[in-house]
Amino acid sequence: MSIPILSTLIFFPVAGGLSLLMVDRNKTHLIRMMALIIGLMEMLISLPLFFLFDKTTPRMQFTELTPWIPALNINYSLGIDGISILFILLTGLVTVLSILVSWEAIQDKVKEFFIALLVLEGMIIGVFCALDFFLFYIFWEAMLIPMFLIIGIWGGPKRIYATVKFFLYTLVGSLLMLVGIITLYYHGGQTFDIRELARHTYSPGLQMLLFWAMFAAFAVKVPMWPVHTWLPDAHTEAPAAGSVILAAVLIKMGAYGFLRFSMPILPDATRAMMIPMIVLSLIAIVYGAVICLAQTDLKRLIAYSSVSHMGFITLGLYGLNTQGVEGGILQMINHGIVTGALFLCIGMIYERTHTRVIADYGGLASTMPLFAGFFMLFTMAAVGLPATNGFIGEFLILLGSFINRPWAAFFAATGLVLGAWYMLWLFQRIFFNPVNSKVVGLAELNLREIVILLPMVALVFWIGLYPDSLLSFMHVSVAHLLDQVHGGADAVSRVAVVLP
Amino acid sequence: MPTYLLLIPFLPLASFVITLLFGRKMGTRSHWLPIITVLISFICALKAFTEVLAGNIVNQDLYTWISSGNLHVSVGFLVDQLTAVMLIVVTSISSLVHIYSVGYMKGEDGYYRFFSYLSLFTFSMLMLVLGNNFLQLFFGWEAVGLSSYLLIGFYYEKVSAADAGKKAFIVNRIGDFGFILGLFLVFVTFGTLHYEPVFANAEQAVGQTFSIFGMHFDLPTAIALLLMCGALGKSAQIPLHVWLPDAMEGPTPVSALIHAATMVTAGVFLIARCNPLFELSAVAMNTVTIIGAITCLFAATIALVQTDIKRVVAYSTLSQLAYMFVACGVGAYSAGIFHLFTHAFFKALLFLGCGSIILAMHHEQEVGFMGGLKKYMPVTYITFLIATLSISGVPGLAGFYSKDEILAMAFASPVAAGKFAWFIGTLVAFLTAFYSFRLFFLIFHGQFRGTREQKQHLQESPAVVTVPLMLLAVGAVGAGWFGVPEILGGDNHWAHFLAPVLGHPEVHLGYITESLLMSVSVLAGVGGILLAWYMYIDQPALPGELAARFPRAYRILRNKYYVDEFYIRFLVEPGKTFSSRVLDRIVDTNVIELAVNGVPRLIGALAARIRRLQDGQLPHYLTWMGGSALFLFVWMFTR
Repeated sequence: MSIPILSTLIFFPVAGGLSLLMVDRNKTHLIRMMALIIGLMEMLISLPLFFLFDKTTPRMQFTELTPWIPALNINYSLGIDGISILFILLTGLVTVLSILVSWEAIQDKVKEFFIALLVLEGMIIGVFCALDFFLFYIFWEAMLIPMFLIIGIWGGPKRIYATVKFFLYTLVGSLLMLVGIITLYYHGGQTFDIRELARHTYSPGLQMLLFWAMFAAFAVKVPMWPVHTWLPDAHTEAPAAGSVILAAVLIKMGAYGFLRFSMPILPDATRAMMIPMIVLSLIAIVYGAVICLAQTDLKRLIAYSSVSHMGFITLGLYGLNTQGVEGGILQMINHGIVTGALFLCIGMIYERTHTRVIADYGGLASTMPLFAGFFMLFTMAAVGLPATNGFIGEFLILLGSFINRPWAAFFAATGLVLGAWYMLWLFQRIFFNPVNSKVVGLAELNLREIVILLPMVALVFWIGLYPDSLLSFMHVSVAHLLDQVHGGADAVSRVAVVLP
Repeated sequence: MPTYLLLIPFLPLASFVITLLFGRKMGTRSHWLPIITVLISFICALKAFTEVLAGNIVNQDLYTWISSGNLHVSVGFLVDQLTAVMLIVVTSISSLVHIYSVGYMKGEDGYYRFFSYLSLFTFSMLMLVLGNNFLQLFFGWEAVGLSSYLLIGFYYEKVSAADAGKKAFIVNRIGDFGFILGLFLVFVTFGTLHYEPVFANAEQAVGQTFSIFGMHFDLPTAIALLLMCGALGKSAQIPLHVWLPDAMEGPTPVSALIHAATMVTAGVFLIARCNPLFELSAVAMNTVTIIGAITCLFAATIALVQTDIKRVVAYSTLSQLAYMFVACGVGAYSAGIFHLFTHAFFKALLFLGCGSIILAMHHEQEVGFMGGLKKYMPVTYITFLIATLSISGVPGLAGFYSKDEILAMAFASPVAAGKFAWFIGTLVAFLTAFYSFRLFFLIFHGQFRGTREQKQHLQESPAVVTVPLMLLAVGAVGAGWFGVPEILGGDNHWAHFLAPVLGHPEVHLGYITESLLMSVSVLAGVGGILLAWYMYIDQPALPGELAARFPRAYRILRNKYYVDEFYIRFLVEPGKTFSSRVLDRIVDTNVIELAVNGVPRLIGALAARIRRLQDGQLPHYLTWMGGSALFLFVWMFTR
């Protein structure tokens, strides 16, 4: 019996978080230190996954299986493949950075905050590990609660509106998915195991119904246009750590849901719905980017840019060829890193100025040159400059979509121009132009803040220069997934190569 | 991979990183590392050049950059004749500009930042020309764009500078929109992005079609035109030229290096590099020729009336780049690269000369405040004169040989577009000589028109500035001697050297035709000089009278044909309005949010109504019960 490493990853932060209950609430420093150590240990525990993972098989690895409710054939079943492994690693890193960025920003109910954060981490990892649809649903919903609290308690002035909106939006979607899960259970041989569910075939009509049921949950989470309006509100009101986790991993769960459930279980519906999904993605790309030009609030702008970037991701996934899907998965990681880093930066600056209004800034490059350098770098990664991670993902996605549907790549590529427009405009209004009196005398980044941003910088370049280190995890799993969707024979990306 | 090749780009990269991180501590000494590294790069580039001369072409991969499905792209170097020439241009001009900047940027805030950006630019440009595949080219392409953005916006607290940097980046991105689609099409057609297999199999694209939006295009034409979009952006040709004049907001050494000698020529390099693809499409070639010819005339006419000295030179750059486009369009790639080479020297010299003047004038750039600087700045005067003679096409100087080669090739071209380009090109040769000498006379001759205070401070620039000027002047004279045509007793080494990469068009003009053409272009240049002398030395009141007599024409030229205004009015403003008025205020807040908030509101309203049933009034309950019972009875018995 090997060590149940995935269970450890799920329950260690939960247990760690609960252990904070025993600490005196006034010893805030101790609480922060404990939270940090738990986060770091969690990262340490996740490292073996990276090194022990077998890249040559599409099968689930590090699997665990324990019957849970035998009467209904519900199992506590965990496992990861090349699609999910990277998200677990990312979650570990992002949580540590979120703990660090909350170090001074959170002064009220410190203990509860870190408990919520750590429990959230465990639930998110659960989502990415679950191989039982029912178990997945439990984690999926459980994760809502700590997030709900983080926005609702430690958020900005309109936090109640934002958090209720977030909760209702996602809950409505999730409930439809629950109906879908139960339907699947009865039509798929009375099992919740997603591998077995994928082996069954379902009538096209049923597939279509199930597709929309799952769509309701996943599209809201992504968020796809037009169910994106919870995201700007949630981002604006959430504390920095909340925004970071939201952007970096939480919204990835929607795209992950499409990959893990919709595609392998409902291949016919997936193929049939390819064009509508692509069209929705294109709308998200252009709409999200254009609407950024109207934003006056820093966080709101980045939130809308996320809508645009997530449009790229769903476009890649529904390209249903190797480059598109691999690019989409890589871009999920990239977006987590880059947008996560941008929200970290915004958190740092917000702590100093307590304003999110773009017009309150200007000339910050003079007062905080180091900060400006970091922000510039993440801006460039966001606009997809080659050698940064953002380029690799966008390039593969666009290439994947061009291979089968040049028109889709044509519309999506406008996102490159619009992205540069709104990001550079934002950068100019914050860092360039004459120095705004409100930013005079701001302190440069301190050591803790630099330490937070450095790993993100390293990742931006590491993935940008050597993407194979991550892509190699995916190749086999993505090929397997495409086999499932296309039914074997023509799974290879159909490239119109002229040459032999 | 030979070490000297690796050193060429990666030394400047190391210098960028180190100077950016530690430059603040190095203070006024932060220029040393960038200068030393770029000089070593230059020496290594010379070594690379001699290797190529000896016939050793390198085409080697460093490592696999991206691999996904059937896509495999490496980072790798291709050093052939074309690359070798570009390496020399980039490293030599960059070295001189680095040294010059020590004098020009002295005492500026962010001194270290400036030098680290210069290193970043040098690295990016070298990666661009060294790449052995399209994606690495694209990397360099975007990275020079970033360095250009950072350097144009170097004085970032000035709104106009920050605006100009942003504009340059975005306009270039519009070109790159087409460029990246072109890359995709290359990949889909050939299954690879590496030059060698693509060019070797280029022929196989002939006769195929590319379909999008239900329309069918000739495949080679589509590829070439999409790639050309990128070139139009980077080399600032119509309609994407608008960023280059604004880029003059950057420090003058940057204008010389990036916005005259090297980066803006990347578009020409791209077309020359992809000549096997362009050759397959007459439509694409003619488009390149015609865009080149139009830009050539367009920019030259604007330059006639500008009064900011850097802007005059900037429009002249647009116009000269357009000559290179014409050359590529008529298939005379080596002539285009020849002009790229000579232009790098005389145009960098013009810009750096402007910089020297701007230093002396305490950052005054309006020609209206200058005049008579000849006696105060002898070295700047002489070198500026050499550059002006060179760009005017005076025989014996660099500009003459390359421009003449282009005009002859255009004339010899069998297509109508070539003849058209020859006509425009000759006309522009006249205009070029005129506006260049107009600028020259206004700066150096006549009376000083600035303030008395400015006059007191007039002095020649320090040696660190003037020595690069002198070295460039040598290039502005001698760079053309590599390509002396047969008719003048040379044997055109240049074209023969580049022939393996760029081919050698069959041209038979005959002795008489060729000498006639040459005489015409020389006459055009001399005529322009004489006219400038007449209007600005002999009859200095004449230009003002002309402007007054043709106010509308003057206004249109002064305002650069209102292209910027057109773009702002019809693209930028509508975009912003659409974003805020339509998407943000109507679609997002009113349509989608109304629907989202509407559901709970509807349920709430419904609940409020239904709640009234339960109001605690016994008579109401009885009424409801009685009514319902009655209804049920009636319903049951009438069924």
